[in-house]
Amino acid sequence: MTISKVSNTLLLEPGMEDMYKCVHCGLCLSACPTYLTTGREMESPRGRIALMKAVKESRIEPSSRVISHWESCLQCRGCETACPSGVPFGFLMEQTKAELIYPQKTSLKQRFLHFSVFKLLFPALPLLYVLGTLVKFYQKSGLQRILRSRIVTKVAPSSLVVLENQLPAIKGNFFSASTKIYPTKEKKQGTVGLLSGCVMPLFQGPIMEATVRVLNRNGFDVVSPPGQGCCGALNVHAGERERASKMAINNIEVFLKANVDKILTVSAGCGSTMKEYQNLLDKSSSISSEDVSTFVSMTQDITEFLVSIPLSVPKTALSMKVTYQDSCHLAHAQKITKAPREILQSIPGIELVELKDSLICCGAAGTYQIVQKDLSTKLLSKKMATIIETKADAVVTANPGCIIQIENGIKQNDLNSPVYHIVELLDLAYSTESKI
Amino acid sequence: MYDEPLVSSLKSIVGSDFVICHPDDLIVYEYDGSVDKAIPDVVVLPETTAQISSILSLAHEKNIPVVCRGAGTGLSGGSIATHGGVQISLSRMTRILEIDPLNLTALVEPGVINLDITKAVAKHSLYYSPDPSSQKSCTIGGNVAENAGGPHCLKYGVTTNHVLGMEVVLEDGKVVELGGYPEAQPGYDLRGAFIGGEGTLGIATKVLVRLSRKPSITRTFMAIFADLDSASTAVTQIIGARIVPAALEMIDALAIKAIENARPMGYPRDAGAVLLIEIEGLAEDVNEESEAITSICEELGVREIRYSELAEERERLWAGRKGAFAALGSLAPNYYLVDGVVPRTRLPDVLQKIAKICSDLDLPVANVFHAGDGNLHPLIAFDERQPGSSAKALQAGEAILELCIEAGGVLTGEHGVGIEKKEYMPLMFTPDDLSIMKAFKQAFSPKSLLNPGKIFPDGKKPTQKASIRVGSFSTTDSDVWI
Repeated sequence: MTISKVSNTLLLEPGMEDMYKCVHCGLCLSACPTYLTTGREMESPRGRIALMKAVKESRIEPSSRVISHWESCLQCRGCETACPSGVPFGFLMEQTKAELIYPQKTSLKQRFLHFSVFKLLFPALPLLYVLGTLVKFYQKSGLQRILRSRIVTKVAPSSLVVLENQLPAIKGNFFSASTKIYPTKEKKQGTVGLLSGCVMPLFQGPIMEATVRVLNRNGFDVVSPPGQGCCGALNVHAGERERASKMAINNIEVFLKANVDKILTVSAGCGSTMKEYQNLLDKSSSISSEDVSTFVSMTQDITEFLVSIPLSVPKTALSMKVTYQDSCHLAHAQKITKAPREILQSIPGIELVELKDSLICCGAAGTYQIVQKDLSTKLLSKKMATIIETKADAVVTANPGCIIQIENGIKQNDLNSPVYHIVELLDLAYSTESKI
Repeated sequence: MYDEPLVSSLKSIVGSDFVICHPDDLIVYEYDGSVDKAIPDVVVLPETTAQISSILSLAHEKNIPVVCRGAGTGLSGGSIATHGGVQISLSRMTRILEIDPLNLTALVEPGVINLDITKAVAKHSLYYSPDPSSQKSCTIGGNVAENAGGPHCLKYGVTTNHVLGMEVVLEDGKVVELGGYPEAQPGYDLRGAFIGGEGTLGIATKVLVRLSRKPSITRTFMAIFADLDSASTAVTQIIGARIVPAALEMIDALAIKAIENARPMGYPRDAGAVLLIEIEGLAEDVNEESEAITSICEELGVREIRYSELAEERERLWAGRKGAFAALGSLAPNYYLVDGVVPRTRLPDVLQKIAKICSDLDLPVANVFHAGDGNLHPLIAFDERQPGSSAKALQAGEAILELCIEAGGVLTGEHGVGIEKKEYMPLMFTPDDLSIMKAFKQAFSPKSLLNPGKIFPDGKKPTQKASIRVGSFSTTDSDVWI
């Protein structure tokens, strides 16, 4: 697929000039999971920027080959942490995708996938809930067991079997946004709004419930106001900015009306997208820039919030050795690496063993684990090797995608260590305490 | 130029996944961390010595030039394929083969990242000493080729002092061993000759490095001065007081501004110069030297001294310094980084002259450098969109190098000659000197197929056109730039 458009009119958006801040020093290479795995410069941040420059300067066409190097990017933004020039790589990649990749999804299959993911399911959550209910029925009714039987897996197309195997198990109940207020039983410190998001309330309802309990325990009323939707991260990362900006405006309006002190999320990917809503919206948007910046300044990741309050220390010890995998969009996009460790170390009895290369992506990266199966699998097996080395009883991380990916890795390695979101571990400590 | 038989032979050596030959892909192999650019005809990613040996025999037979690439962080164009041909990328040869904590050595492949050696041996309280600013990404193979230095080379020496031996593939594919353990080897020190050979003598495929014991205490000072002059006087006086700090680095006002613009590191924006001084050893010595350094700085009217012994805080003090060159991207569309050395007693005087050279040509200049060993790194800022400004920057660079040599110094401290400095070699060497060097090179590589177009003057001026980082910068600090 070669695009016939004249290339020197491409990549002219404001902000794209920042690609010239890259002085090709190469310090990003060792922070890039795809470069470390392939050893190929095209699969490095510096290489991807060089390709953007070459397209912008009409030296090459944005051919399918060039696009494939951009598409192999996890958008983990590890390179931003490493970059001494302050190149905003995440933004450059999102904009490149918006301009050169997203509009080119031409095959029927790709169009269907994009329509369903970016226009149908995520912007309008009710449909996602219907789908979630079907999946839950499939898993609980025994249908999954039957289909996973040897006979069926033998005759089914192998790609389908792999995909089915990746389907995360739905745990517990669905969590949903509502007018309900979850009141604290302690001395009230304030009220916080919780983003329920898209996938998490379906597949990881228990994490949402644990978050509510942890916040209540620390004196906060919790609301997850109705009308909110997906944060738009998947759309932004794929370059679908139009619908994403509508989703952003909706969330800003819903949360600013909710009368809360802070807007919290337990998903690092959502947090980083919400904190960057100003990149999606401009003067022509139907929302004032004051509202956008108020929303952004109120948004915090749960770990960031918990270390900013006098966190109540659990009274009993959880005797457990854990290791922490930094979620990319927490560590690199939001620059939060200390808060999660502080929280873990504040739980009595927890021994935190540092994970080698914890700042390198596990290969989840949203839809990456499905669309870039090969690289994602390689990254996961590297990650699992370092996890096994720690001999930890449990793995802790801060984002739903990472949890699903590492749980898959645990399953593939025939291990049975649990994978926790940090709040789950804190909730576990609090709950043990109430039993004594 | 696409050469089908060559490509298919290379594919049969390393496998088709590891041969890169499409023009859209090759374009990302045209640069390194420096200013010159050239696109290789084909890039190969071998995984073993045997594969490299086969690639070199093939190139030897077909008379095709070969250039090696580590992480492409070099600053003199050492890995640029000026003559096209085959570029060998060592990015897949990243294994640490052996760690011997008793004999204090590690055997590593050339693609291993400098800092990864330290990480791998940290559990034995050991480390690998040379620490170029790019140590998080640059590879040991490239360090050997350029005889790389770094801030801590002041006390501990450069790469050649920390590499005991190598397995090397020669131009015709022959595999030899140079040097080894124990350190004292009979015969000519070919190991020493090979290190700093800039890839013209052969390809190191295994490197035996020396490991050092971590000092019990490391204390990093940041001394903030109101002006450059008193900071450089402090450098001379510290060394004059017979103190050899592990590192002694200078960062001037414009560089501080660049660092703080790109990634705020807590350097005071209004300072005239900052010295980073690191001392290490046993507690008693460290305390004694700390006192001496503090009193020297105080006598010279230091504005503030911050210090720390905690790894994390020390790393923060260093972070700005290590990312300083790239941070210049936040100030100016282009910069020309000069690497020259002067005797450190001449520092105050030479720095003033550099400032004059640049101000006469109306060019802003930032200085971030290894003050302790007199290794200067003036960064000349310019905007190539203004007609004639690239030429002016080059002119200033040349004048600075002449100044260094005049002051009794040398052309390059640690970045290598490469493409960048080759035309300046006659400033330091007589024709006889150069012909001896050439004869030496030809003893290793009679056909001169390895990294051609480097080190020796051939009348082709560095182009500089590649330094050209075009684009308008929406910098908030337009005052810096005017």
